Amino acid sequence: MTAASTIVSSVSGRVVSVRGNDIDTDRIIPARFLRCVTFDGLGEHAFEDDRRGLKAKGQTHSFDEAKYQGASILFVNKNFGCGSSREHAPQALMRWGIQAVVGESFAEIFFGNCVSLGIPCVTVDEAAIAKLMAAAEANSTASWTLDLEAQKISGPVSETATMPEGPRSQFLSGKWNPMSELLSHLAEVDSVGAALPYVSGRW
Amino acid sequence: MARRVGFNPAFTGAIFYFDVPAMKQNLYNKVFDRHVVSRLSSGQYQVFIGLHLVHEVTSPQAFALIRERGLKVRFPNRTFATVDHIIPTDARERKRPLLDSLAEEMLQAIEKNTAEFGVNYFGTDSGRQGIVHVIGPELGLTQPGMTIACGDSHTSTHGAFGSLAFGIGTSQVADILATQTMSLGRLKVRKIQVNGRLGPGVYAKDVILAIIRKLGVNGGVGYAYEYTGDVISNFTMEERMTLCNMSIEGGARIGYVNPDETTFAYLKGRPHAPQGSDWDKAVEYWRSVASDSDATFDDVVTLDGSSLAPHVTWGITPGQSLPVDGAVPSVSSFQESEQQLIREALEYMDLKEGQKIEGVPVDVVFIGSCTNGRISDLEEAARVVKGMKVASGVKALVVPGSEQVEREAEAKGLPEVFRAAGFEWREPGCSMCLAMNPDKLKDRQISASTSNRNFKGRQGSPSGRTLLMSPVMAAAAAVTGKVADARKVFRLG
Ligand code: SF4
Repeated sequence: MTAASTIVSSVSGRVVSVRGNDIDTDRIIPARFLRCVTFDGLGEHAFEDDRRGLKAKGQTHSFDEAKYQGASILFVNKNFGCGSSREHAPQALMRWGIQAVVGESFAEIFFGNCVSLGIPCVTVDEAAIAKLMAAAEANSTASWTLDLEAQKISGPVSETATMPEGPRSQFLSGKWNPMSELLSHLAEVDSVGAALPYVSGRW
Repeated sequence: MARRVGFNPAFTGAIFYFDVPAMKQNLYNKVFDRHVVSRLSSGQYQVFIGLHLVHEVTSPQAFALIRERGLKVRFPNRTFATVDHIIPTDARERKRPLLDSLAEEMLQAIEKNTAEFGVNYFGTDSGRQGIVHVIGPELGLTQPGMTIACGDSHTSTHGAFGSLAFGIGTSQVADILATQTMSLGRLKVRKIQVNGRLGPGVYAKDVILAIIRKLGVNGGVGYAYEYTGDVISNFTMEERMTLCNMSIEGGARIGYVNPDETTFAYLKGRPHAPQGSDWDKAVEYWRSVASDSDATFDDVVTLDGSSLAPHVTWGITPGQSLPVDGAVPSVSSFQESEQQLIREALEYMDLKEGQKIEGVPVDVVFIGSCTNGRISDLEEAARVVKGMKVASGVKALVVPGSEQVEREAEAKGLPEVFRAAGFEWREPGCSMCLAMNPDKLKDRQISASTSNRNFKGRQGSPSGRTLLMSPVMAAAAAVTGKVADARKVFRLG
């Protein structure tokens, strides 16, 4: 968790893809790794059970492939990050090296958790993600840039990648971690609280 | 109430402002508006959170953050914590220190953090410990018209009371601890109207599984769900909680039911509910937050409750369910973009296209969780299994959702009924709903479970399998050793 926000207007680097719809947070970080009081060390357990499961079948998860080590942009399909609200999921991805996610759609709490960590999740359509994944898998050394200002992901191919205006301006203004701004309105917080009968006790 | 410009007849010509009820408002927008503190520079809203529930898994890093920044908990009297996810449910294993040193460290962290920051804490010796979404309502903490947040996605449960209740991540737990507010966007609202009357053996769990099946696991992204219609009005509060609990499995971060007489009757006399002369005023306030009769919605969906059968999941998402008398769907019946996931689900579950779900053998039966671990769930299951026996080779667990549920169950003699039938009766906690405590599936075991998630590996074994269903359907699986239509196994209705 970073206390001080910085402007996030673009993310550049290599790409790793994790294919599949409805990849839930139990898959991103299995619950047994949540038995912790810090987020340290979660990166190595990202997708742990999926990785092990594939290994047992003689296959390799993209997070285990040598050519994708050091990637900083993740390509995914639909409803990525559904399920539990655990921030451990984006924390694990971030600690593995991911700084931005490009996909067809995201679960809401996951998306919000990523905002709080300064990780933009941008949306592309189904045809676009197919092209993007194919290009990234064909050339794992290619360098890509997610430009949040222009709402574009570009590498060997390029596609429009959008984000709702609210969170987008949080990234572009460096205010993706809202705590400081929330703290600057404490007097108003107290007066809203005082006007709520269940808080004030004055029904 | 909205401000309208009016004309005062007593002072001819004078313009004045008076408050009139703004009709056409739904509960979501009324409650949201009353909690807005400011518009942030990003365009998001700073929203006051009226009740902050805290548990041991998603809070230690948040407490560490505010400690590092030298901050205090802004409204400790609006913050309530308990321990549920990591706590063993076998009485012998609850002795301190816990055998699992990581779990012990987390337990010590929540004890220390709540003591240091002056936060209310319900530990295992308090008589009030339990799953956070079970204890909030039973203590009367959860009330209509509130905003409620917790670092747990099933916070949607509390929407049963007509509150805006939703799950958050750890960074937001820190935001709320420090400011009692968080940054939020406004959701759209979809009204889901469930008409008719449920048949015998059909429960709230079946209604929500049917809704998720119809609208999809991401159909609710960007929406709050308002549940309404005859089926919902006839539900008890505990049934409404089961329904709202699984809103998030349909992608909706919030699900709610408008407060009514059932809500007020449930709350009356609970420890944290308004007392004495405040009670009537509170009820009046609660009525005022309900959706207006002419409220507008961004979308409306209707469902016929009378035609619903008991549901069972067959796959690896809560949307992959079918009526118990149905057959596992074929890959080709899905859109092409979905087919890979369907193949993956069939392979993981080891089920065949066209196979009847009835008759699939189960190894484990789990009755409990924040979805179905309340007293009425346990009572209904006990009623049907009374005098019967758990099938040989099946491990069956009943886990009360809280210490209060446990006491009520004991007073009604439920543990004896379950034990006589061959079930294990446990101490309160999340138990086998997720893999953070000693209750886990082993290897490829398949479990009939009353919890809410059938994700791969969810119940503790990376290759373990989950079939979600209602408590009575789980009871039928326990006594037959396989997925069975509870309507045929028991005399219901
Ligand atoms: S019972 Fe399950 S879903 Fe509910 S809070 Fe516990 S772990 Fe989460």
